Amino acid sequence: MSTHKLGVLFSALALCLLPAVCGAQSPNLGRALTPEEIQKADITVWPDGRGLPSGSGSVSAGAAVYAKNCEVCHGAKGAGKPQDQLTGGLGTLASPKPVKTAASYWPASTTLFDYVRRAMPIVSPQSLTNDEVYAVTAYILSIDGIVPQDAVMDAKSLPRVKMPNKDGFISWWPKPPR
Amino acid sequence: MGARVRNSEKETAAKSGEKTAAEKGLLGRRALLQKALLSAGVAAAGASFAHADDDVGTNAPDWMKTPGRTFTPYGVPSKWQEKVQRTIANPPGRPGTGVSRTPLQRLEGTITPAGLHFERHHNGVPDIDPARHELLIHGMVKRPLAFSLDVLLRYPMETHIRFVECSGNSGGYNQAQPPQATSGEINGLLSGSEWTGVRLATLLNEAGVAPGAKWVIAEGADAAAMSRSIPLVKCMDDAVIALFQNGEAIRPEQGYPMRLLLPGFEGNMNVKWIRRLNVTDSVVDARDETSHYTELMPGGKARQFMFPMGAKSLILKPSFGMNLQGPGWYEVSGLAWSGAGRIAKVEVSKDAGKTWELAALTAPVLPKALTRFRLPWDWKGQPATLMSRATDETGDVQPTRAAWVAQFAVGQGYHFNGVQAWGIEADGTVKNVYA
Ligand code: HEC
Repeated sequence: MSTHKLGVLFSALALCLLPAVCGAQSPNLGRALTPEEIQKADITVWPDGRGLPSGSGSVSAGAAVYAKNCEVCHGAKGAGKPQDQLTGGLGTLASPKPVKTAASYWPASTTLFDYVRRAMPIVSPQSLTNDEVYAVTAYILSIDGIVPQDAVMDAKSLPRVKMPNKDGFISWWPKPPR
Repeated sequence: MGARVRNSEKETAAKSGEKTAAEKGLLGRRALLQKALLSAGVAAAGASFAHADDDVGTNAPDWMKTPGRTFTPYGVPSKWQEKVQRTIANPPGRPGTGVSRTPLQRLEGTITPAGLHFERHHNGVPDIDPARHELLIHGMVKRPLAFSLDVLLRYPMETHIRFVECSGNSGGYNQAQPPQATSGEINGLLSGSEWTGVRLATLLNEAGVAPGAKWVIAEGADAAAMSRSIPLVKCMDDAVIALFQNGEAIRPEQGYPMRLLLPGFEGNMNVKWIRRLNVTDSVVDARDETSHYTELMPGGKARQFMFPMGAKSLILKPSFGMNLQGPGWYEVSGLAWSGAGRIAKVEVSKDAGKTWELAALTAPVLPKALTRFRLPWDWKGQPATLMSRATDETGDVQPTRAAWVAQFAVGQGYHFNGVQAWGIEADGTVKNVYA
């Protein structure tokens, strides 16, 4: 291949690295999304609280939500059986019998809100109101004393909750730590 | 030779009881019959090749003497293959959560039939109307976009042969005693397919990723709204929005009408029924990247975000449930793969790891795809321990099981890629052993 041809090839490759130019050659058949459509679809919640909706719920309200919607599968006070144990196990992770629960293992309180809102109760996911999800989150966290009995969870207070295993995870991406 | 091993294949330890005696009887009769035919043949050869005209057809089996059945719009496997099934494991009261495993030891080659591809669901298989499904790309992008299936079908397509392996695959190897079960029952959260779809980078470039973006939060349209944090670099590299599997539209169990395919990355991240990609600057700590698929270590800390699956191999012929039928020639064969690239070599040991031989790799050897290895074996009838050890093109070598287990807390079974071993006893029985 002559140097001239190589040059043309390289500039073509370089051009294609610029998304604007590549986009122009792309089919561009996507439909533009409106902010309202995005807001309706977006149920992701980050550990720093981004994505949390308005609304709030107390421990006592959460106890009622739990009794009605969750206890049949997760047992009294989240002790488990027939399905996953949600509470207890604090301080066991380094022991010969580690008990991994939402309370003992999960690093972020927001994960509980995010997961329950998207996936629970398993027979009717996305059926609880935001207030109910805040409340049941508060209740589950109160069982091991992670939040006090009079706690109220909302977009401000929930991300501030310090989970017992907050610093328990080591990221292996992009590389294991040295 | 395959047939020899296969004929004797028992189901599981539990189911084998009733079958074995009957099968043995059948085999015994068949062998006798063959011997008889053979000696008759030798005698006949001495005499003459001619035979009477009315002998024509006496040798023909029934199916040569009557027309076969007619055409079918969608074919199914032979009824003689009806035992080749996925093994389903879902906890009581949880119909939609759990797994079904690929019967690896009953298959050949490297492509898993779509109907036998392993399944892992968190709340059942959704029945998605493609006309009402869109893939949303939003977050840190210049132009938030939605793509319907119809629209994606107009995009340039790519085809790649890739494996998908669940992070929990082979987790049984964390047990103190080796699980006595078929390889598929232990390792069957692994399948290989030809996937066709649209390069994700094309769609992300059209949306215009904003500076500072590092992660993409993927979400499925199932009743678990399964969600994971995916590195943006992977999404801009070889990630594909897959629409076809082995030439046909992706099966519902595999994400119909579209799934995220992240070649080499742990199965759970290959989000099925993909409906939303939220471009962002940090991880969400989703339930399935904290509660699950993280590796607890002895000190109580856990590894998170171990994405590429390690170099791994397993011997399928022979394996548990496929006992050897006496000394003689066999082919040792199995699968090897790595999430980091191509398999460079597979070594096989017949003496519990004292000596190793290079196995032949069946072409093509593709990156992040299942590779078949084979090695002939003239078994003299002595007890033996068969092991396989894969090395990938980055130099990653399978660790021993002991070395792998030592890294983790008791009961941690995610991402097992240690060397596996089958113990062959003098009578040909194959057992799972830790060697
Ligand atoms: C009909 C049974 C059922 C009901 C009712 C139910 N769950 Fe669940 N839950 C499950 C199952 C099954 C899983 C495991 C899902 C999986 O493995 O993907 C689960 C998982 C969870 C988890 C994650 C556990 C872990 O360690 O990963 C949380 C948290 C949870 N449920 C909370 C709730 C809450 C809160 C409610 C009530 C609002 C609820 N569940 C109602 C069956 C149920």
